Amino acid sequence: MKAKPRAYVMVSVDANTVVIGAREVKNRLAAEIGLRGLGDEVRVVETGSFGSVSAGVVAAVMPDGIVYGHLTVGSIARLVEEHFVKGRPVREWILPGEHPLPDPETADARQLQHFGRIVLDNCGRIDPDSIDESIANDGYFALGKALTEMTPAAVIDGVKASCLRGRGGAGFPTGLKWSFCAKEVADIKYVICNADEGEPGTFKDRLIMEGDPHKVIEGMALCGYAIGATQGYIYIRGEYRLSIERMRAAIDAARRHGLLGRKILGSGFDFDIDIKIGAGAYVCGEETALIESMEGKRGLPRVKPPFPAQKGFRGKPTNVNNVETLASVPFIIHHGAEAFRAIGAAGMPGTKVYTILGHIARPGLIEVPTSVTLRDVLEDYAGGMRPGAFKMAQLGGTAGEILAPEMLDVPLNADALAKTGHTLGSGAILFMNESVGVCDFLHACIKFFAHESCGNCNPCRNGMAVLLELTARLKAGKGYPGDVELMEELVMGMKSIAFCPLGQSPAAPVLSALRYFRSEVRAGIDPDAIRPNPEHTLRTLLQLAG
Amino acid sequence: MSDTITLWIDKQPITAIKGETILEAALRNGIEIPNLCYNKKVSHTASCRLCIVNIAGRPGAIPACTTPAEEGMTITCFSPALEKVRRTTLDLALSNHNDDCISCVKDASCQLQDLAFRYNLGFKDRQFPPIWEELNKTSDFSSQVLNYDASKCIQCKRCIKACSELQGKGVLTFVNRGIRTTVGTGYAEWKDSKCDGCGECAQICPVGAITVKQFYGPRTRIRQKDIERVVRTTCPYCGVGCQLDVATRRCFSEGVGSKDLMIQVTGADVVPNYGRTCVKGRFGLDFVTRPDRLKRPMIRKEGKLVEVEWPEAISYTAHRLSEIRAKHGPAAIAGLSSARCTNEENYLFQKFIRSSIGSPHIDHCARLCHASTVAGLAITLGSGAMTNSIAELEHASVILVTGSNTTETHPVIATYIKRAVLHHKAKLIVVDPREIDLCRFATLWLRQRNGTDIAWINGMVQAIIENGWENKAFIASHTENFDATREVMKKYDAKTVEHLTGIPAAQLVKAAKLFAQAKTASIVYSMGITQHAHGTDNVKAISNLALVAGQIGRESTGVNPLRGQNNVQGACDMGALPNVFPGYQKVDDATAHDKFATAWHNKHLPEKVGMTVTEIMGAAHDGTVKALYIMGENPMISDPDITHVKASLAHLECLIVQDIFLTETAELADVVLPASSFAEKTGTYTNTERRILPLARIVDPPGDARADWEIVQSLAQALGHAWNYDDTNDILREINALVPQYAGITPERLAAGERLQWPCPSVTHPGTRFLHKDGAFSRGKGLFSAVDHIAAKEQPCAEYPFVLNTGRMLYHYHTCSMTRRTEALPRYVKDAYMEMCKADCDALGVAHGEIVRVSSRRGAINIPVKLTEIVAVGSVFIPFHFAEAAANVLTNTAIDPTAKIPELKVCAVKIEKL
Ligand SMILES: Cc1cc2nc3c(=O)[nH]c(=O)nc-3n(C[C@H](O)[C@H](O)[C@H](O)COP(=O)(O)O)c2cc1C
Ligand code: SF4
Ligand code: SF4
Ligand code: SF4
Ligand code: SF4
Ligand code: FES
Repeated sequence: MKAKPRAYVMVSVDANTVVIGAREVKNRLAAEIGLRGLGDEVRVVETGSFGSVSAGVVAAVMPDGIVYGHLTVGSIARLVEEHFVKGRPVREWILPGEHPLPDPETADARQLQHFGRIVLDNCGRIDPDSIDESIANDGYFALGKALTEMTPAAVIDGVKASCLRGRGGAGFPTGLKWSFCAKEVADIKYVICNADEGEPGTFKDRLIMEGDPHKVIEGMALCGYAIGATQGYIYIRGEYRLSIERMRAAIDAARRHGLLGRKILGSGFDFDIDIKIGAGAYVCGEETALIESMEGKRGLPRVKPPFPAQKGFRGKPTNVNNVETLASVPFIIHHGAEAFRAIGAAGMPGTKVYTILGHIARPGLIEVPTSVTLRDVLEDYAGGMRPGAFKMAQLGGTAGEILAPEMLDVPLNADALAKTGHTLGSGAILFMNESVGVCDFLHACIKFFAHESCGNCNPCRNGMAVLLELTARLKAGKGYPGDVELMEELVMGMKSIAFCPLGQSPAAPVLSALRYFRSEVRAGIDPDAIRPNPEHTLRTLLQLAG
Repeated sequence: MSDTITLWIDKQPITAIKGETILEAALRNGIEIPNLCYNKKVSHTASCRLCIVNIAGRPGAIPACTTPAEEGMTITCFSPALEKVRRTTLDLALSNHNDDCISCVKDASCQLQDLAFRYNLGFKDRQFPPIWEELNKTSDFSSQVLNYDASKCIQCKRCIKACSELQGKGVLTFVNRGIRTTVGTGYAEWKDSKCDGCGECAQICPVGAITVKQFYGPRTRIRQKDIERVVRTTCPYCGVGCQLDVATRRCFSEGVGSKDLMIQVTGADVVPNYGRTCVKGRFGLDFVTRPDRLKRPMIRKEGKLVEVEWPEAISYTAHRLSEIRAKHGPAAIAGLSSARCTNEENYLFQKFIRSSIGSPHIDHCARLCHASTVAGLAITLGSGAMTNSIAELEHASVILVTGSNTTETHPVIATYIKRAVLHHKAKLIVVDPREIDLCRFATLWLRQRNGTDIAWINGMVQAIIENGWENKAFIASHTENFDATREVMKKYDAKTVEHLTGIPAAQLVKAAKLFAQAKTASIVYSMGITQHAHGTDNVKAISNLALVAGQIGRESTGVNPLRGQNNVQGACDMGALPNVFPGYQKVDDATAHDKFATAWHNKHLPEKVGMTVTEIMGAAHDGTVKALYIMGENPMISDPDITHVKASLAHLECLIVQDIFLTETAELADVVLPASSFAEKTGTYTNTERRILPLARIVDPPGDARADWEIVQSLAQALGHAWNYDDTNDILREINALVPQYAGITPERLAAGERLQWPCPSVTHPGTRFLHKDGAFSRGKGLFSAVDHIAAKEQPCAEYPFVLNTGRMLYHYHTCSMTRRTEALPRYVKDAYMEMCKADCDALGVAHGEIVRVSSRRGAINIPVKLTEIVAVGSVFIPFHFAEAAANVLTNTAIDPTAKIPELKVCAVKIEKL
């Protein structure tokens, strides 16, 4: 038997770093260490993201807790020589403030509380391709517990008691959703893990899958057990090559370990998972469009009802959950609903994973309790605004709302936000400084929606184009008097009648922007302009998507 | 009533039928909820979002078109808030629409225009800018028959759904996404796609986006409001009998003056087609107004046909006929009636030949298509027609189609078959040597070698018996001769059949099982079964199959021969056959003879069975038949071995041809009589499902042309018979009195809108949807026949190594005398071709489009090759329609001993590169 290595070098190979050579760095590192005869002592492993997106190829040396950034193939020889042979960390390459885990000695109490991770706890710490490491870190413990000690109803009760709410955007209570599907009678039911993640700037689900794929599998199996499903699918967007690769390897490993397949862990429970690769359209993330796409059709949303819980994939009862939602479940089953509810805010306990980006010092991936505020995120995780000062943030991706400085101290959870008339959204926070004009920003959002509109329904197809024209006019200072009210009426109309939520989406950014920045938007109106009647030409050269 | 419910719309109680949506219930009650994407015939799309309503107890605005009406629902339709959102929504639709109503063919018949008017959304009342101007979406005017103006398309998806759900074609799809979404075919241009021009999409489009090209009338563009009159009539092409709404307008044209002209054709939403048509019915009726229509009678004088006045033509013809009759006896005169003429005309024509002339020799081209059906089914079941109705096919659980390329020959019946598969989970079994379009929908496609039908059918019967899948109770109580038949079937075990037919044994057994165990199974066949020297036996074998499984005498089952021509069923019913009087009453039966002798006041009716078409040609050749009167047929193309036909016609002393065009046959005539087309006369056709459908006089005939029945009546009068029919109703009344099956199908009931299926024995009888109900066969019991496989008369050999198959195709009809005189149809297919597969093409070193020489023992033609994998290696297919490369120069005259039908489906040919 091989001796236990003295150190691990975890190279973060994720979708961002793989394109800048993370694999090559890792291979070179392994080769160099082998060359120096250190192969038995130092193990090089691939791991998921550490939560940084601006530090190039990153590697952490454990248990030392030192994180190197901006590594290249050329720097490896020196790194190995200095750090492993001579035992001297290379100071200039160490990333300041980048911690895969908080440093217990320097962190203050508040920060420590914030760092309690339950979804990303293994990300960056284990080799995602090693099921053994997962198991060593409590992987599949919850599944074993459920299968041996709990009835399916008890699992649902546990999830209900935890007050877990969907992390895919809508925030629907997960336990309740499961109970709908559980009560359907059918020859087969399905669990679908929604890993389509189409919101620009959101890549938390990807990093969860890449960092700890077994947690997702375990969450799906728990869901399957609870609702009586025997087949699961992970619908992953096509661009997520690495996620697909890691999930596939993890599923194979789980099958080999009897954690998927027939009679899991010797119980009477059969459950297997297959991967479906997404078609790429944003609207395919909507659960019924996703199901259509899985059935090989053009990914258009379905008419609801019936809901997927009644008639979903291939007309059978189907439960669709977001990756993060499912990855939260093992913790709940393992440690109990109480432990989960102890974290974060009361109405929506637990943690929330975000990708944070924009004009901040440290863009990246974070997991925070649902009790933290926007200010906490900005100050403790994002390293503050850089450059400039805070003007606004968009919470929850392109379809999310815009928050002004007065909202900095509202806790980021569905309940608290609802009190102020806001929603949480999918898990991206975009911080913007004063250089960003509200009209420009709205125009960019609409452009995305116009591009993603499937074109099926009248209000969305045509409404997006009209909005594109309106925002283009306003941003160019060529708006007609009345354009702001028109835009307001239009997005409200679209919200009430568009076929699917995509067409309903512009209401969130547009109305929230008008709420806080109405005067700035109004400044886009040219007071001298007279709206021609009829309006026979467009004021702007429309750059319509497609 | 239990199947209705009550709900409240805007405080008003309304009654809905269970299963209806809110929108349907509202519309039926006269509550006009705005809608654009809804159409009752296709599944809902719910994309226009205009039909939104509020429902008490449910949040938000809900589309009425997708929401089922429920008992006690309280619905708000027209609150100010909803109307405001609707108006905004409509405004949005208009912002992406080129509403140039002033030059739009949909003006005043456009759903979008109606709504814009209703919501007062003229240009100046709109809030949104005209986005469509910026988009430059690609329109497509390349289709042979349609135009697609993308700037007018509102993306309602109705056309896409009509094409796939109603027609089963799936040609159309949305292309591009978002604001650039347009309708397309997935091909660079519409004309490259598989669109066959049925026009269903244009008919369902709520706006002027997909419109039809203008083929009718003198104007190049027609709007709905230019229509002055709409007349319902029956399509003159195939045996489906589609009901068409033909629109007319008084127009001035040179040389004709001011007169009603056809300007548009749409499918009528009634039985049997429910709005659907094929390309011929919708776009192929302009032959009616072709300048080369026959307008005046002609007589051959000094070798040339010269125009004469009617009195001269009639007296000359009568004179020639009586002369020949006096000299050679009445049997020297023969008549060929027409499957394209009405029942009344066929009735009168056979009466003329039998009574006015006194000759037994009357036949028509059914001989060439379904004589074996008439003979075979009369023997086995007692009635030689489709046992069930067209619409029943949609609900059959298994459909077996053999020897019918239904998509091309009966396009609208094919839609029912496809819909059965697409919407009702039916299983389709296709048995055909060619990979026809329906194979795409088939659970099983069995490819038999040409001419081995009895073998596979017997094989299926044997597989059914062997596995105990037969319907024992049915066989015991409703059939006879089962035991003797079973003995013969024993030879046809699946392995032997595989050897004979090439159909893998396992597949045959699978088909047998599917068929026998189906809740309802229907057999559909056509000329692939009948046009063989053993055609009658083929038909008997088919009956065995239906009988052994008890798949007959119930709804959605039965033996369903698809009759080719519009009125071939009627022509047979009317006794245009040498062996029967109208109503299949045998000429050699004393009672029948007496009945007609009395009715026709003529004691000297012929008592013998007369000659068939094929025999008449032979007799003309050898001089026993001296005069031939042909009404509306063109044997110079349609009959086998044309060289022989031509020689036979040349031998005649007098050839009288009555037609609407100077056909290849008319060119040889001594007398040419100009007849009226379907659009210029009244009368009835009987479609393939035994349904009597009326024609309407839509326009006046050109020049001096007259209805066929008038011409026949004039000739009878000139021969001294006191005929005195004022109109076709007079004739139909005589038919009612003499033909028991038609007794109740009176002019009055037709006028009242009843579209009855025979048998309809009395004026109170509702007609018969399917025959042989509960095993009560017309002949008493269903008769099993111990038929044996007989090889085709001509087998491929070293000299003639290919098997030639002939048949029809979608865009042409019979001998092209009508279809080639249309503008639209030749745009699809202009000329003859021969289908051949790649392997054979390669072996012969010929390319697609290359002209080759095809010869049989009887003649040779030159024809271009069409490369296709539809046909198997070693076989070729030629559509028989085209004069310049007439397949029937090659075909075999070998005939079926009972039905005298020629073997048009199989002969041996050789193919040479030129
Ligand atoms: C336009 C649109 C896009 C969506 N995209 C995603 C997505 O990428 N990932 C996701 O998990 N949910 C997405 N959703 C939400 C899903 O429809 C669904 O609510 C979610 O998968 C449910 O999971 P949860 O209950 O775990 O949140 C999208 C919804 C809409 C309307
Ligand atoms: S709202 Fe937009 S994305 Fe949704 S169905 Fe309508 S057009 Fe498609
Ligand atoms: S489609 Fe209708 S609204 Fe549009 S231009 Fe034509 S008539 Fe007018
Ligand atoms: S004409 Fe017929 S086949 Fe062609 S696209 Fe329209 S519906 Fe489809
Ligand atoms: S072409 Fe007509 S039917 Fe088809 S989507 Fe456009 S508007 Fe609707
Ligand atoms: S008719 Fe209901 S949405 Fe169009």
